[in-house]
Amino acid sequence: MAAAEADPARAAPALARPGGRRELAPGLASFARSGTGRAGTGLAVAIVLFSFLGPLVYHTNQVTVRLNLASLPPGSGHPLGTDASGYDVLGRLMLGGQSSLELGLGVAVATAVFGTLYGAVAGYVGGFVDAIMMRVVDTFLAIPSLVFLLIMVNIFTPNVWIIIALLTMLSWLTAARLVRGEVLTLRTREYVQAARMMGGNSPRVVFRHLVPNAIGVIVVNATFTIADAILTYAALSFLGLGLPPPHADWGTMLSNGLNYLFDSYWWMVYPPAIMLILTVIAFNLVGDAIRDALDVRLQGR
Amino acid sequence: MTGYLLRRVGQAVVVVIGLLIVIFIMIHLVPGSIARSVLGVRATPGRISLFNSTYGLNEPLYRQFLTYLGQLAHGNFGISYQLQQPVSTLIAQRVPKDIVLVGLSTVLALVIALPMGIYQAVHRDRIGDHLLTGASFTLYSMPDFFFAFLLIAAFSVQLHIFPPEAPSASSLGGLLADPRALVLPVVTLALVSLASFSRYMRSSAIEVLAQDYIRVARAKGLPRRLVLSRHVLRNSVLPVVTMVGLSFPSIIAGAVIAEEVFNYPGMGLLMYQAATSHDIPILLGCTLVIGVATVVGSLAADIAYAVIDPRVRYGRG
Repeated sequence: MAAAEADPARAAPALARPGGRRELAPGLASFARSGTGRAGTGLAVAIVLFSFLGPLVYHTNQVTVRLNLASLPPGSGHPLGTDASGYDVLGRLMLGGQSSLELGLGVAVATAVFGTLYGAVAGYVGGFVDAIMMRVVDTFLAIPSLVFLLIMVNIFTPNVWIIIALLTMLSWLTAARLVRGEVLTLRTREYVQAARMMGGNSPRVVFRHLVPNAIGVIVVNATFTIADAILTYAALSFLGLGLPPPHADWGTMLSNGLNYLFDSYWWMVYPPAIMLILTVIAFNLVGDAIRDALDVRLQGR
Repeated sequence: MTGYLLRRVGQAVVVVIGLLIVIFIMIHLVPGSIARSVLGVRATPGRISLFNSTYGLNEPLYRQFLTYLGQLAHGNFGISYQLQQPVSTLIAQRVPKDIVLVGLSTVLALVIALPMGIYQAVHRDRIGDHLLTGASFTLYSMPDFFFAFLLIAAFSVQLHIFPPEAPSASSLGGLLADPRALVLPVVTLALVSLASFSRYMRSSAIEVLAQDYIRVARAKGLPRRLVLSRHVLRNSVLPVVTMVGLSFPSIIAGAVIAEEVFNYPGMGLLMYQAATSHDIPILLGCTLVIGVATVVGSLAADIAYAVIDPRVRYGRG
């Protein structure tokens, strides 16, 4: 049952709107009704609130190292214990969540912008330019991501912006391919031809007609990118190539905590692991639900 | 088909050349001198200039690149700065071990993922499907190194079944002589791909189950088991074949992590050590080998697609 049939009052004005929103509106309604989509969104919102509003309610020292408080088990004053530097684990989870989420979001936005531009241009111009642009993408895809990061992190002293740039250099490839594929099918549609015939120049056709209609693919890819960026960065910090100590994030917390796993300091391992896993699950669920909502073939099944 | 193949191989060659250029530039971006990072901060100017002239590092970049290409054409990957051994020997020692690790884990992942995907498709939206979906989502969302540690904690520390470290034998025979030590690295790497393989298998099996020919096969009285193994499996395995080819880079990334955790003497570990010690010949050689393997992998997936599915005929398109 398509969303448009279920709620004609909502779908009717949507059909009159130009560009991508016409395709998005029924999709959004079906997204709102999907259980996994709701669960994912709820989880993501909860995690964002925990990380950004949590520190306002729950004040902890995350600045000075206090070795007399190191590695305390969960108890009064420290609901999740303290880590090897004496930081409160619960407070650090909130702080770490901020940087993990910011990192994921930064990579997703940069990927969406760059990948969309590249893919749209390649798909719209086509021919020789497209062939060259896609070989460049293939070349970068053939470099294993972790190897690329290993080399680059040894070249540059990593800070947050460099990490975001490096992770974006890996993830824009998929985005560019997806958008190109979408644009290739869209450019033959009548409304695109009409826009060109009425004198719309290339940038106008690309930005007013092609990109808004490919927005579904872009958004879905962006949600997956958030999850992937957080995971890839965790792997990087496990290899000891993450950001230096004052910086806190779940990946670093988890990899540091793993040193103490066999000392049964479980509170340093499982809380960041669970947060990391929940976050990745949340964004993957949201992405999956949006994709299902936008996929006309699956609607009504 | 021949035209298509030629075109694909041509693309692959272009990609490999591009790969070499990109990696070469990337590695030579290292700030400061390579000599200093290899020889240490106390190196005298004389030793540095000797190092630079020995390895041709004071020549312009394009000359170094052409020299490297010339060496490659003779099967010479250069000599490692740190280990002072030919890179080709170092890689040749490790490639068989990586083939064992990656091959075994991919086979294991497929052996579990294919029946799992079909089961989920058949029992779609029932409790079993939801449980397995939850499991594969969790697996997919877990950092590789974390479940490697969970496996060690469970099977080595608690149960004492499998050793936490891979056999560090230098020969392939020595590696295979201790199969118990291989279990955890292989399982770790298999779990990396299991989640995505089974998701693909599930959605493609759902599509196949909705086809008319499945209904016909059931209607003419074929038993369910036969329909699933003959018709559903063969038709729905196609996207997974492409998936296996395309997921090669992520399997390699997983291998770097697994080799680091279990101290498995493969190319991932070699590369990790080379990256942290600026051993450029090793980095170039390994990345080249893996890049070529990736390109060949996706080419092989395309060809396998055509072989398995007689409906796919590549035209001149």
